[in-house]
Amino acid sequence: MPDWLLAPTLLWMGVFFFAPLFLMLIISFASRGTYGGIEWTLSFANYRALADTLYLQIYFRSLVFATITTALCLLLGFPLAYHIARAPARWQGVWLILVMIPFWTNFLVRTYAWIFILRTEGLLNTVVMGLGLRQDPIEILYTDAAVLIGLVYGYLPFMVLPLYAAIERLDVSVVEAAWDLYASGWSVFWRVVLPLVKPGVIAGCLLVFIPSLGAFITPDLLGGARSMMVGNLIQHEYLVIRDWPFGSAVAFVLMGMVMLGVVGYLKLSGRKM
Amino acid sequence: MTKRRGWLLGLSLGNLLFLYLPIAVLAVFSFNASSMTAQWQGMTLHWYRVMAEDAALLTALQNSLLVALVSTAIATVLGVSAAVSLERSPFRGHRAIEGALLLPLVIPEVMMGVALLLFFVIVKVPLSLVTVTIAHTAFNLPLVLVIVRARLRRLDPRLEEAARDLGATPWQAFRRVTLPLLKPAIVGAVLMAFTVSLDDFVVTFFTAGPGATTLPLKVYSMIKTGVSPEINALSAVLVLISMALIAWSLMFQRTQRRMYPFGH
Amino acid sequence: MGGPIVELRDVVKAYGVTRAVDHLSLEIRQGEFFSILGPSGSGKTTLLRLLAGFERPDRGEVWIEGRLMQEVPPNLRPVNLVFQHYALFPHLTVFGNVAFGLEMRGVSRHEIVSRVAAALEMVRLTGKQERTPTQLSGGEQQRVALARALVNRPAVVLLDEPLGALDQQLRQEMQVELKGIQERVGLTFICVTHHQGEALTMSDRVAVMDQGRALQVGSPREVYDRPASTFVANFIGISNFLTGSVDSVHGARCTIRVPNLPEIVARHRGGIGEGGRVSLALRPERLHLSREADLNGFDNAVPARVAKAIYGGHEMQYQLRLSDDVLWTARVPNDGTVERRFALDETVFVRWNADEGAILVE
Repeated sequence: MPDWLLAPTLLWMGVFFFAPLFLMLIISFASRGTYGGIEWTLSFANYRALADTLYLQIYFRSLVFATITTALCLLLGFPLAYHIARAPARWQGVWLILVMIPFWTNFLVRTYAWIFILRTEGLLNTVVMGLGLRQDPIEILYTDAAVLIGLVYGYLPFMVLPLYAAIERLDVSVVEAAWDLYASGWSVFWRVVLPLVKPGVIAGCLLVFIPSLGAFITPDLLGGARSMMVGNLIQHEYLVIRDWPFGSAVAFVLMGMVMLGVVGYLKLSGRKM
Repeated sequence: MTKRRGWLLGLSLGNLLFLYLPIAVLAVFSFNASSMTAQWQGMTLHWYRVMAEDAALLTALQNSLLVALVSTAIATVLGVSAAVSLERSPFRGHRAIEGALLLPLVIPEVMMGVALLLFFVIVKVPLSLVTVTIAHTAFNLPLVLVIVRARLRRLDPRLEEAARDLGATPWQAFRRVTLPLLKPAIVGAVLMAFTVSLDDFVVTFFTAGPGATTLPLKVYSMIKTGVSPEINALSAVLVLISMALIAWSLMFQRTQRRMYPFGH
Repeated sequence: MGGPIVELRDVVKAYGVTRAVDHLSLEIRQGEFFSILGPSGSGKTTLLRLLAGFERPDRGEVWIEGRLMQEVPPNLRPVNLVFQHYALFPHLTVFGNVAFGLEMRGVSRHEIVSRVAAALEMVRLTGKQERTPTQLSGGEQQRVALARALVNRPAVVLLDEPLGALDQQLRQEMQVELKGIQERVGLTFICVTHHQGEALTMSDRVAVMDQGRALQVGSPREVYDRPASTFVANFIGISNFLTGSVDSVHGARCTIRVPNLPEIVARHRGGIGEGGRVSLALRPERLHLSREADLNGFDNAVPARVAKAIYGGHEMQYQLRLSDDVLWTARVPNDGTVERRFALDETVFVRWNADEGAILVE
């Protein structure tokens, strides 16, 4: 019947999303011409070149950063989400808005805030040295720690919202039943609460993990030369080195990793695409 | 139990402090008279004046609004139509198509940015605000689709049948029953798409040509140049805008709930 | 009551391999309250959807007001449906809901206002025009759904479990009210329900449906007193059964031989022969219990042991063991007399007339 309603969307996404992606896939098998352009001889050379320690390190670092970020967000976000979900209805709204405001605030601005705080002449050092706690400034900005702070700060709301939704659906009487059946605080949490809110935990972790893995702004602004993540590598290859075929290969490997995460999520949550 | 609530509340407040302290600090120091350090040297509105007179910043803001407006409009029209179509006629393979259409929400932004850059260069379309708008539509469309589709799925199909039974043609039934019930979702999607578009840096970064500077691009270059109280002032304004947007959307939702409390 | 206003001719509707409606033929007369009674999954809702035009028959024909409905879309059919959970438009007021059908047909504003007011008065909702559906109680929502259909003056009003979402008390009030409204407007009502009491109370005629077929069509009295099959006897109220073989036939009466029990006298309506196997279905409230073994004017008296006595307020319900494999239920009004109270394990005599019950040929 109204299939023609779908056609414009298919056309738009086909031309401006799938075609570019496909083009990129092809180019990832080409090579960089001597003067910048693209040499259309297809091979696996770019993917083979990725096996270099230098690049593997960057992928590895991205994975580690994304994992730590996810874990920290879960650790911080769970008590918050639990508290919101169990608060009286009118307070729930207030808390949720408070979580959402940073979520809707410009990402660059939120990252910049940490530059302002963490840099050598920044707020942290001004306060610490002003109080005489230290003689020399703490150097955090442009380190891995700064990147992690920025990532956790940036993506914490992504964790809290799905967690909240899952916990809110949790029937209080189920928890009470566990108490009634002699479960202690920890057993209630591990044996009853956690299994029931698992879908929310998985969704939240995925929503944090995926953007962290492909992060660009945070490592770019807060990280040093040694904190480069895959996102920065792609940008570097495209805009600085101008080796588009290699940059494309880097991106497709990243996409593969993301897809692995998504498929894992769908498996875990028992849904079908 | 009380003890448990106590430390839960403590942890939650700690979380909020973590979320808000950086933003609050920016806002406070936007009134700082000193231009360089994080040392408080008295109150001033000077930086807001500097910001207001920054012609490049205003142009960037205009560009951002234009891109957000146009891309949201196109994405909404196409996304709503696609959602309705997918809901109505589950043809063979429609699940696969739907899954594929959501891909832009999942793949890394950087990848989407470079793919579009590559595409525009190869088909020889000069980078400009137009290419930025096209790119924004490509990530806004799936966003609208997801939100509207979720709402459509929860609508009772019998409502449209009831309209048909009462003499409405298929189009009348859609226009008079389904569309009004979709309104909250559509407004939510528009708001979301508009905000995401206004905020987007990464995809814009790769698809904007010279002269096509949007607000996030401008903020980025200002940050790269160095810390200045003008950015603080700008940040404070942007935070205020996002708060206003949320307040507005909540107010809208509340009136909607009062009018159509059935909703879910 | 007049000729047929709705006619189904050998209608078949299948979903995959299951036939929701299986070679069904029905005639519904002008102005009657017709109920389709059946368990869930018996195809009754499908039948309504075929009439409303949301489904097309795979085979057979649907005629309404003498017109073949094959190609007629729902919006052009002279029927209106009261949906199971009402399907009220949540974004419209009570007025907006009731006026919807009139607006679709381009009725003038002036007429809409007066007709909506009249319809709301009919269902006793005057003054609630500006409410939204959520501001109404379940019973009020049900009335809005009814008014929304009635206001269009359709040839047939279709009702899908109209009282299903109401609580017991309200349900009984609405049964009477719904029948009253139907008599006042004089429209044909076709009502689908799984609730036998409802169907018996409201209807002029009832069709009992199972597995897509109409097992019996008749007045409530016929269906209750003279069930045509074991399924009908069981589905409408509780029935006690005795299975045996026909011993002799004398005119309208016959005797039935049942193992381990005295010979039973019953009235039959043909179709049986000596030696044939039959079942006798008897309603629990038609049995009379006594401590005396004599017939005392009844045609049958069978000894039984009280297996269970259940106190039910206005009545006593006894489970009686007639033999090792026959367990009956009897209902005795709780009128305070001592003669009608029986103890567990006591031996009683179950007495009834030959005219009671129905003989079902196996």
